[in-house]
Amino acid sequence: MDWPYLIASTVKIVVFAFMMILPLVALSVWAERRVSAAIQDRVGPNRVGPLGLLQPVADGIKFLLKEDFTPNHVRKGYYWLAPALVMIPSLLTCAVLPFGSSLFGEKMVIADLDVGPLFVFAIASLTVYGIVLAGWASNSKYPFLGGVRSTSQMISYEICLGLSVIPLIMIFGELNLGRIVQYQAENGWALLPLWGEGLSLKGFLLAIPVFISFIIFTTSMFAETNRLPFDLPECETELVAGYHTEYSSMKFALFFLGEYAAMIIGSGLAVTLFLGGWSLPFGWLTPEEGAAVPIWQGLVHIGVFFAKVIGFILFFIWIRWSLPRFRYDQLMRLGWVFFFEIALANVILTALILMFVK
Amino acid sequence: MSEDLLDVQIDGVWHQFPKGTRMIEACRQAGVEVPHYCYHPKLSSPGNCRMCLVQMGMPPRPMPGQDPAEPDEDGHLPISWMPRPVIACANTIGPNMGIRTTGELTESCREGVMEFLLANHPLDCPICDQAGECSLQEFSVEHGKGSSRFRERKVKKPKNVKVGPRIRLDDERCIMCSRCIRFMDEVADDPVLGFTDRGSHTVLTVHPGHELDNNYSLNTADICPVGALTSNDFRFQMRAWFMKETKTIDTNCGTGINITVSARQGEIYRITPRQNNDVNSDWMPDSHRLNYHWINSDIRLTEPLIKDGGRHRMAKYQEAIITTADKLRNFDHSEIAIIVSGRMTNEEMLMARLLKRTLNVKDIDIIPRRGESDNYLISEDRNPNTNGAKSVLGLKDPGASIDALKKDIANRKIKALILLQEDPLTDGAFSAEDLKPLEFLVTSYPLANPTADLADVVFPGACWAEKSGTMINVTGRLQKLNKAVDGPGQTMAPWEILRDLIQALGGGNGIYSSADIFNLLTKEISDFSGLKLEDIGDQGIPFLDTGVTLPLVEREKARIAKGEIVGV
Amino acid sequence: MAIIVKRPKLKWWEQLYLPGIVKGLAITASHFVATLTGKKKVTMQYPEEKWDSHLPDHYRGAPALVTDEQERERCVACQLCEFICPPRAITIKPEEIPSDDKWAKVEKRPKSFDIDMIRCIYCGLCEEVCPEQAIFLRKDYAITGTSREEMVHDKKRLYEIGGVREGLVNKWNELK
Repeated sequence: MDWPYLIASTVKIVVFAFMMILPLVALSVWAERRVSAAIQDRVGPNRVGPLGLLQPVADGIKFLLKEDFTPNHVRKGYYWLAPALVMIPSLLTCAVLPFGSSLFGEKMVIADLDVGPLFVFAIASLTVYGIVLAGWASNSKYPFLGGVRSTSQMISYEICLGLSVIPLIMIFGELNLGRIVQYQAENGWALLPLWGEGLSLKGFLLAIPVFISFIIFTTSMFAETNRLPFDLPECETELVAGYHTEYSSMKFALFFLGEYAAMIIGSGLAVTLFLGGWSLPFGWLTPEEGAAVPIWQGLVHIGVFFAKVIGFILFFIWIRWSLPRFRYDQLMRLGWVFFFEIALANVILTALILMFVK
Repeated sequence: MSEDLLDVQIDGVWHQFPKGTRMIEACRQAGVEVPHYCYHPKLSSPGNCRMCLVQMGMPPRPMPGQDPAEPDEDGHLPISWMPRPVIACANTIGPNMGIRTTGELTESCREGVMEFLLANHPLDCPICDQAGECSLQEFSVEHGKGSSRFRERKVKKPKNVKVGPRIRLDDERCIMCSRCIRFMDEVADDPVLGFTDRGSHTVLTVHPGHELDNNYSLNTADICPVGALTSNDFRFQMRAWFMKETKTIDTNCGTGINITVSARQGEIYRITPRQNNDVNSDWMPDSHRLNYHWINSDIRLTEPLIKDGGRHRMAKYQEAIITTADKLRNFDHSEIAIIVSGRMTNEEMLMARLLKRTLNVKDIDIIPRRGESDNYLISEDRNPNTNGAKSVLGLKDPGASIDALKKDIANRKIKALILLQEDPLTDGAFSAEDLKPLEFLVTSYPLANPTADLADVVFPGACWAEKSGTMINVTGRLQKLNKAVDGPGQTMAPWEILRDLIQALGGGNGIYSSADIFNLLTKEISDFSGLKLEDIGDQGIPFLDTGVTLPLVEREKARIAKGEIVGV
Repeated sequence: MAIIVKRPKLKWWEQLYLPGIVKGLAITASHFVATLTGKKKVTMQYPEEKWDSHLPDHYRGAPALVTDEQERERCVACQLCEFICPPRAITIKPEEIPSDDKWAKVEKRPKSFDIDMIRCIYCGLCEEVCPEQAIFLRKDYAITGTSREEMVHDKKRLYEIGGVREGLVNKWNELK
């Protein structure tokens, strides 16, 4: 047994997943409420703790203390399973995200897999089972409709999501997220090729398909996480609360938190793929691959990663409180008629650029 | 065209009425309401309020040498309208007469009359008991000006005058219609009221040395179109618009006076006579009217009581029924007797008859209750349904076997007694010694009472206002009693107690309402065969021929025959 | 008759939606910044800041009974407010004023006057219907209590809230 590896992994899981991602979930709930309030000229929660920062704690206590009510008409087993199935994949995907360069000689990623994006898609697509199960097990019309909507929506956009990443993988020639970030740190971020090898005609030309990919990726991410403007599975005006209508207390909280966790992981993935992950722009403080990194540098990199993620989350929130909800047919049309084709063409465009521009 | 029918045009439409009809009655029959204060069909018509002014017209009389007017194709002569209005209440119709109850002349007359009436009328409506059922309010909304031109000081008159033990007078509110004076004079034969002073200082007053203490005095408050005469009993108790009115009959005596019970939230606030020209005209005696306060009092029985070891304990109704049935089974049928009340309805008497049949009992009777007739409306017979007992229970002479029953109890031949809705110890029909030899006594009564004290099982029985049914009055008229309020606690109507007792003793009978029993009545009792409950209506129907008449109604019929009053 | 709404023909860049989205984002961002920098403030921090001084004259708070300059209770228990009250919050028991009372000539007053503030909807119909100018909606809006009984305002409490009101019509003064 490789004890140091196990210990290091455990520490990384505990620190990253439970001490960073979960607090960030709580924080993003708070941010969602405060930002939406500011956008709508309101105040938002400001009573619990300074600036209302302890509001998520209060919410958590409330969720825990509320009656955990299971309606009589549900399929109990699946009904209980569904919230877990939503929360777990969201947290699992964070295993492959590099959230820093390295610290104490340890790579700041829980599992340094060579199939990073594929792992993420594989696991993230499991979330849909949670939602479908919730919708079906609730044995009630609104959750059922929400579950059905959610299934087709997530399956549709998974295709776009996957296709939009292919150009990047073609450019990087790499599936290890850690090395993708390292490459971007040295040769310019995918969206910002302004240094290293990126500072060339080829780099600028490649920025075009990358930008298209970025838009498709981000939009698909909204759809995947069921966020407005694509929150059709749970739109209140039509479906009460969609697939979690029949849920209360902590089980509802798991859905709620799962959504935010998925949002954070999605942001993390976007940051990793398009915005250089933990790296600072213009190659500042970029370590050699495999080289030892001073502790302060390692901490700065972790900070940079989370700063980017938080920025992305704020963008998520900003979009949510600006755009109205799509109609379901519009959503499907957008996914299948536009994004799917554009993403395919984008792959070909990237291939052409890579082939002909040296 | 028949000889005594006259053609009259009312508001442009031709009608036919018998000769001698008052104009106001003709209008009423034609569906046109002529506002009035002093006119009352049961009283003489002095025509002093002037509210019923209408425009009248007759066929034109030809000038000398002129041809008489030609009738139109329907045979009606043209009408030449009179420039001055006439009162509709005291004038009778004439052939080819025209009446206009609308139009400028009539309307301005009414407006003027209203303005005069309101000139000195105080703005008392918020504290006035009449508010909400006040003719002055109604007509001032309908025909009044809506604003006052009276800038002078209103005339001050006596207010809150105690004119009698049951009546309060407010002279400022009085509009001098004189209905009360005429009532006391013509109907109650006790002319103690009159006007004094003149002009706008006229006041209604009692003659010096007299009081308005007649037993029919509260009728003056009923007929007062404003709030000048109000009932002390009802004074400031409840506003008219809150009360739910139930048409039912009075059970204080055999007359079965038609009444309206006004109640709010299960509490009775007043009882007023309801017009029935064959029973009580428009009137009722004060003694009957005010005899309702016990219904909502603290001494009501609310729970069934069962005697255990010499002491009563409260019980569930079902338990009381089962206990009674179990105890009754211990007696031979010849040892049981049933006494029902003459205050029970026909339906309840039928149930008693069925109980008698179930138990195979020989003795059943009612306790007679007699008083003096007042020569007006109060009957000698103070049981409201003695005729029902004759008809339904088949008693030849109700109450005749009570003395024999007392002897049987003393001889221990009768050991168990079912005594429904009666309190004979208080009434004096039985003494405590008479009942002592009994081994088992069941009673039901609305109030806590000394007889119940002796009883082994006591049921809280519903009073007359808490149950429905039918009764037959002294003249043989079948009338409906309607439920006005719910009984307190576990109070049960006697028919329910009897039904459940029969059920406990002999099995189901499928009776769920008083109406079901009436259907049974039509099958069981030959007098009732073919009757339907709906046929009885609010006014009742003549049912038996008893030959008994009511003095006040007879006198009124005589006055109508003489043409002194309209009497409709 | 249905109205046919003509859909505007969108230009190609409008069909992209992106300019619209950017415009929308700009608007929300401007609000965000304005609120954050404190340029825009519409919320009142309730327990610290109160409405009391800002309430308009027509504000409809708790209904209350008033007395007038002559210390006469204005209510004569006509029960019109009880009648008009849509949620049936008002219960009045009238009584006759005893003859030794200073205002015996008014004859009638409420023996008890209860307003169930759990039921009250502050509609103001009682004030509107009152023929005696006796009941007014005051500016008290934070009516609290720890039991249902406490939330029923009795006559004493209603006069406490209502206080003395001057300048009303004193029609009863003219009597006798």
